[in-house]
Parts: sequence; C-alpha cells; structure tokens
Amino acid sequence: MIEFADVTKDYLDQRVLGPVSGTIAEGGITSLVGPNGAGKSTLLTIMGRLLQPTSGDVSVAGLDVRSTRSDVLAKKLSILRQENHFTARLTVRDLVGFGRFPYSKGRLGPEDHVRIDEAIAFLNLEEFQGRFLDELSGGQKQRAYVAMVLAQDTDYVLLDEPLNNLDMKHSVLMMRQLRRAADELGKTIVLIIHDINFAAAYSDRIVALRDGRIAAAGTVEEIMQDDVLSTIFDTPCTVHHVGGHPTAVYHR
Amino acid sequence: MNPTLTSPAARTGAAVPARPVLRRRLALPALVLVVVALLVASLMVGGYDITFANLFTADAWNMFLISRVPRTLALVFAGVAMSVSGVIMQVLTQNRFVEPTTIGTSQWAGFGILVMLIAVPGASMMLRMSVATLFAFVGTLAFMAIVRRVSLQSSIVVPLIGIMLGAVVSAVTVYLAATFDLLQAMDTWRSGGFSSIVRGAYEPLWIVAGTTVATFFLADRLTVAGLGRDLATNVGLRYERVVLLGTLVVAVATGVTSVVVGFLPFLGLIVPNMVSMVRGDDVRKNLPWVALVSVALILVCDLIGRVVIAPLELPVSVVLGTVGSVGFIALVLRQRRHVTY
Repeated sequence: MIEFADVTKDYLDQRVLGPVSGTIAEGGITSLVGPNGAGKSTLLTIMGRLLQPTSGDVSVAGLDVRSTRSDVLAKKLSILRQENHFTARLTVRDLVGFGRFPYSKGRLGPEDHVRIDEAIAFLNLEEFQGRFLDELSGGQKQRAYVAMVLAQDTDYVLLDEPLNNLDMKHSVLMMRQLRRAADELGKTIVLIIHDINFAAAYSDRIVALRDGRIAAAGTVEEIMQDDVLSTIFDTPCTVHHVGGHPTAVYHR
Repeated sequence: MNPTLTSPAARTGAAVPARPVLRRRLALPALVLVVVALLVASLMVGGYDITFANLFTADAWNMFLISRVPRTLALVFAGVAMSVSGVIMQVLTQNRFVEPTTIGTSQWAGFGILVMLIAVPGASMMLRMSVATLFAFVGTLAFMAIVRRVSLQSSIVVPLIGIMLGAVVSAVTVYLAATFDLLQAMDTWRSGGFSSIVRGAYEPLWIVAGTTVATFFLADRLTVAGLGRDLATNVGLRYERVVLLGTLVVAVATGVTSVVVGFLPFLGLIVPNMVSMVRGDDVRKNLPWVALVSVALILVCDLIGRVVIAPLELPVSVVLGTVGSVGFIALVLRQRRHVTY
C-alpha cells in the first residue's frame, strides 16, 4: 500500500500540489488522470522519492520514502519518468541489466540473467536486445525502459506516461503487458495516463487530480460518469458503454 | 579475451544480427600489439642513438633509464589520465563534448599552479600538485553546479559554458602571470610537452595509475549515473556521492598531469567518443579500450612531434591539437544513426 498524508509541493510561492492525502491499494493498476498542470507527475515523483515534498509524508509498504535508504527502497519500488533527452549508448540488454543494480551492484549473477531474460521476453524485446538504445525508435526505447524497471522486480511500479511516444498498436500492447504484470506478477502499478479511455479500459482504480488537489478517486465505474469527468477535465463529456466498457466521448 | 566482453546475445544464444565474432575477439589483442610496438618505438626514438645492438652498453642503458623510460611511462600515464577523465565527465554531465580542457578543469589546475608559483615559489612538487588538484576540483564542481542551474542543457550549451569558464580562468591566470612576470613559466605549462621529462620528474604520475584503478571500481556506478539522476536514484544509486567521487578522480588525474606534463587537449574528447561510437557507453567494458587507444594516440602524436623537426621537438599538445581536431571532425561527420521501426 502507498500512503500519502498532507503532501504539498511549492515552487517559490507557487503551490503546485496539495495538500493531498490518500492511499493507493495493494495490487492492480491505479491510474492518475487529470488536465495538464494538475500535479500528477509531481505526486508520482514524490511517491517515487525523486522529488522532495515541501511538507507531508509518503510511505510505500510501510517504508517512509524520505528516511529509507535509497538502495533499500529500490528493491520495493521502481519509478520511470518520461524519457529524458539524452540516450546513453547502451544495448537494450545492458540497460535492462541495470534494473538489477539494487541486487547485483553491477556484477550480474545467474539469477540476474534469468530476470533480465524474463523482462525482455515480457516486453517482446528479444530481437532488439543486442541493439543500442540510440538505434531504436521512440516506442522501442520506451519498452526497453519499462523492461528495465520490471527487471528491478519491485512490488510497486510507478510509470509517468508510459504511453508517450507509442502508437495505437504499441499503446494497446503496453497496457496489456502492464495488465499482465499486475495480474500474473502481482505488482501494484501506478500510471499517469493522458487518455481517459485507456485508463478506464485497463485500470482497477482511477485517481483524478485537478489544480493540485484530488478531485475524485474510485473505481473505474465511479469515475466514468458524465458529471465527474466534465468537472475534472473542464470539458463536456458523455460516457457511453461500448462493448460493455465505459468510454468517454468529448471530442465535440 | 575477457568473457564479459563477448556480446550478451552471443552468450544467451538469442537471434541477434551476428557481428563478426572473430574480428571482435581479435580487436583487443591487436590493439595491445599496436600499443606495444608504439612503446618500443617511443623508447628507441630520440636525439641519443639507442639501438637494440648498443642498448646494453653503459651509456646507452643509462640514457635509456634516465630519459626514454620515464618519458614513455609519462606519456602512458598522461594519456590514460586525460582520456579516463574525459569518460567520467561525459558520463556525469550526459554530454559527449566535455573533457578536462573544455570544462575548465585543466585551466583551474593551471591557475592553481600559478598561484603556487607566486605564493610559494619553492614549493615541493607534491604541494604544487595538491593545490592544482584542489583548484581543479573546486573549478569542476563550480562548472557542474552552473550546468545544473541552466535549464537549456543542450549538447552544445554545456561545453560552451565550460569553454567560457575555462577562458575566464585562463584570462585571470595570464593577467596574474603577466603582473608577476611569470608568463614564460606559464607558457611552458600551456604547451604540454614531454621533452623535459626525465627520471625524478615523472614519478608523481604513478598517482594516475591509482585514479585509473579507482575508476575501474567506480565504473558500474558511473554507467548508472550516466542514465541520469532519476534512473540512477530509481535503482538505488547515491547519485550525488558518485558525482562527487567522479569529480574528485578527474581533479586528481588532471591536477597531477597538469603539474608534471602540462595542458593536453583533445585526448579526453576524441578517445572516449571513438570508443563509444563502436562499443557503446558501458564504462567498465570500455575502460581497457579507452586506456589503450589513448596511449596509442598520445604515443603517435609524441613520435610525430619528435621526428618532424628533429633534432628539435614539437610539443605533443600541438600535434594533439592538430590530429585531434581533424580526427574529431571526421568522427562527427561519420557518425551514423540506424533507426528502425
């Protein structure tokens, strides 16, 4: 379980987040949604201890993220932010191998290689594993980074917009793979997703942020309501059931 | 060949476009042979005629030990020091165009040397090196701090900041040198050369052997740091500590080299980039290559400098600057990207 209490983040005098409090339940996929500037990334990076909150506490599986040693936390929780501009010239396999760093400190053992193979297979990267990252397309690179955090073998996986850079086909594949990771590997996955319909189709719970506050949180059915969505996104939305799935229509 | 150097694909037997395995296996031994040949050449070439035939006469043997061996060892150490420093800085800044002479580390070391010339003219070499290292360390940290505050961290802006900082430090150094009538001393420093390296003058460079070993121990952490602060923190690396340690290694290597040899441009830029282009950015796997290639390059440049206007000598920094800039432009132009979808 991830718990956060009275978390705020200020830049100078500008409050970008909070105070927010809440919990993210064990298991399944929880999606953070909301308009631009709602504080989704800020909350996620604070939960992943990459950013210090101005105030408030966050704990993951009972470990306080601020006071727990980073290398201890790295075996419990992994976080992937949106890809940075610089791409190291590593092979896909080497990159995924660095997901094992919390355990191996760089000297990969047989157990590490098994995990690396699994992560690579999980994201269908076998044919690319000898390729350098800067020779891959944006989508392939994205999958390689996700494979890296899966190789890290943590109970909690936080991903900031994993569908960024992915086309329709690869977005669907990525969400299916994350769903499998949650169902088959028992991971607790927290995602930031821009497309509310992707969130609805693959999540167990949705947390909606707006103006740095939690505007709504609940199951997919609870959030996928005309009035809830229209308020969160400040755009008229109607929810239709397409093939049994709630689908928001807001394009015109 | 070390088993860790074979491609992972070959080990797992996965279907990856096969690279010419034999060529890869032979590349490192071949490079070692080239370096050995160059070492022999470096030991044999010079004003005093030393041949295999007369090597074991007393005079030749003395000259060999007093001048040739120290000079060759100094070349090896200095080459390794500058190129390994380049690797570390490129990884820590995530920028391929930085190295000790483009981010001001060497200039700060020079500033430190001058300050010692002014303040404590008779200082021991150890003391001068310590001060040069301290200046290099502080200057490099200042560069890192400034780079971090610049929001536009494009590949060109970062080295530009370094070059500007280096130029400012150089300007202050030259001004002070002129004021204290030490321009000539600083000129000798600026044109890093090995002509004055004899027994008794090069020994501090053994420290560089220590920093190189330290780099081997840091290698995996450096590679992870090269993935960026966020990914490094994610896998539990204490990022700030690695940055500090890496900067310290660079400062010591550059400080020592600056005092003993002088200013050596381009090595830290061209060698790591050549190796990265072919072999990628895994620091631990690359270090032997970086070390060997840099030794080969500096030996070749030094030999050229010794031969072209014999019996006079061109400082190695001049040859390096020429060969290095041409080579680097060629590398940048040849750089290809294979993007597949």
